[in-house]
Amino acid sequence: MKSFIVKTPARRVFEVFNYVFLVCFALVCLMPVLHVIFASFSDPTLMAQHSGLIWKPLFDETHPLTLYGYKMVFGNDSLLMGYANTIFYCALGGAFSTILCTMGGFVLSRKGLVLKKYIMIFLTITMFFNGGMIPTYMVIKKIGLLNNRLVMIIPNAVNVMSLVIIRTAIQGMPTSLEESARLDGAGNFTILFKIVIPLVKATVAVLALQYVLMKWNAYFEAMIYLNDRKMYPLQVILREILVESDSSSLTYDAELAQYADLIEYCTIVVAILPVFCFYPFILKYFTKGMMIGSLKG
Amino acid sequence: MRWIDFKRDFRMNKGLYALIVPIVIYIFIFNYLPMGGIIMCFERFSPKNGVFFSEWVGLKHFIDFFSTYYFWRLMRNTLLLSIYGLLWGYPAPIIYALLLNELENEYFKKAVQVISYMPNFISTVVICGIIIDFVSSDGLITDMLVAIGFLDSPKNLLSVSGYFRTIMIASDLWQQVGFGSILFLATLTGIDQELYEAALIDGAGRWKQTIHVTIPGLMPVITIMLIQRVGGLLGTNMEKIILLYNPLIYETADTIGSFVYRKGLQEANYGYSSAVGMFNSIVGLILLCIANGIARKYGETSLF
Repeated sequence: MKSFIVKTPARRVFEVFNYVFLVCFALVCLMPVLHVIFASFSDPTLMAQHSGLIWKPLFDETHPLTLYGYKMVFGNDSLLMGYANTIFYCALGGAFSTILCTMGGFVLSRKGLVLKKYIMIFLTITMFFNGGMIPTYMVIKKIGLLNNRLVMIIPNAVNVMSLVIIRTAIQGMPTSLEESARLDGAGNFTILFKIVIPLVKATVAVLALQYVLMKWNAYFEAMIYLNDRKMYPLQVILREILVESDSSSLTYDAELAQYADLIEYCTIVVAILPVFCFYPFILKYFTKGMMIGSLKG
Repeated sequence: MRWIDFKRDFRMNKGLYALIVPIVIYIFIFNYLPMGGIIMCFERFSPKNGVFFSEWVGLKHFIDFFSTYYFWRLMRNTLLLSIYGLLWGYPAPIIYALLLNELENEYFKKAVQVISYMPNFISTVVICGIIIDFVSSDGLITDMLVAIGFLDSPKNLLSVSGYFRTIMIASDLWQQVGFGSILFLATLTGIDQELYEAALIDGAGRWKQTIHVTIPGLMPVITIMLIQRVGGLLGTNMEKIILLYNPLIYETADTIGSFVYRKGLQEANYGYSSAVGMFNSIVGLILLCIANGIARKYGETSLF
């Protein structure tokens, strides 16, 4: 591409503007997060006096950096329990969803099934129409999933879009592989496990990753379907601390109220850091996921 | 298709049907049973009597909804939030992708990209926590607005109804522009380089190349994404709204989605709330079909 650009003076002006603009944009994306991270170490007294962006941790001789907020956060049982619950829901939910979607995608990729067309229509309708929040709630209640850990794992596990993506990936495999396996006497299950899954595992991994991230971030379902604090995933606990500023889930003295902000900042850091540590490495899978997700099924 | 063919098909593909049956049952329970709950829209639903034995009220819920003061407020808020979201949030990733595409330093490009994807990986709850902190009376954004003279005195911006839409749209932009550009960037790298060469030989500068080669190359993706956005026009980000709004700013912040949640699950007004939700999804479906129809008529790309 480079070779097709003529460096006129106007082009050079544009390039300078472009670089400056994009650096500013990157800073806008980065600074709020850095602000929160620096604030989580800073001294509360200095922070109260400070106004504007915190671009370095605030401390001086009399007010050293503090880890008090982190001590409170890691001493908070609800938060740790939330972490454990979220990991449990992500792992089991991810496995459940992946198995169902792979199974479905495999069947729908087979040739010669008479009912396939009707099953496809049956599935596709759900992409355009759903019963809505209240009727879904009623169904969940009726089948006894209300206030049950399974409600975080079972509903929403089959996404028709993922199913179609897996089907398309399987259809894209060279047919000769399967034919030779059939000649050797392989049945459907052997073909699924020995040939299909090893070949489409990249696509399946991408979808599983997207699903797990969605589960990690989900709070709404947990909020409406679960009442028992012991079952709350991380995001619901975070909502209590960050959005409702409800200090009851944090057991600290009233005289330590000045630390409330500090604890909020520490909570944010603890909540986003795991994902931030991983995302640059798994980014290429998400990029791939965006690409296959946008293609017509 | 004769019955005998079905029977033979079943016999031959027993194993495959055994694999798909759980999925069909699953979809039936979690996607089709709630659709049956649509009957609730026409009933004074009580969980005790269930869907089939609750009192039938016909179109009462719909008439009630259309005749309340809230109807116009909800429609206005939902539509304005979506339209502003579309006007700002839709072109922004495209422009950002085009600007990134002009960079010749690959390392710089990669660095900007990775940093700008970062906000996308923050969960809704944490984003709302950060927003609430930043726009509180002593928060970062309030401080800055006071410093540049935009605000006379520090106050909690989430208690002023006039600022809610700006807060929603700006935070969505912050979170989604970077990640939203991935698709456009990938499409850009797929454009045939010979087209640029040909354009250069014809005397087209970079601007002309962008207009006549880059933009037409992006057009199919731009259309598909636009149809999807228009189809979701009434599906505002309810999960985010209910974290940020409060009764002080219902005037601009309450949308159909949050209203359904409040009436249905918090006030247990099931029938009425389902009717409102139903109205919302029907209008959404109609919008999707209209957008798709227009795209099919005037362009080459359509969703279905």
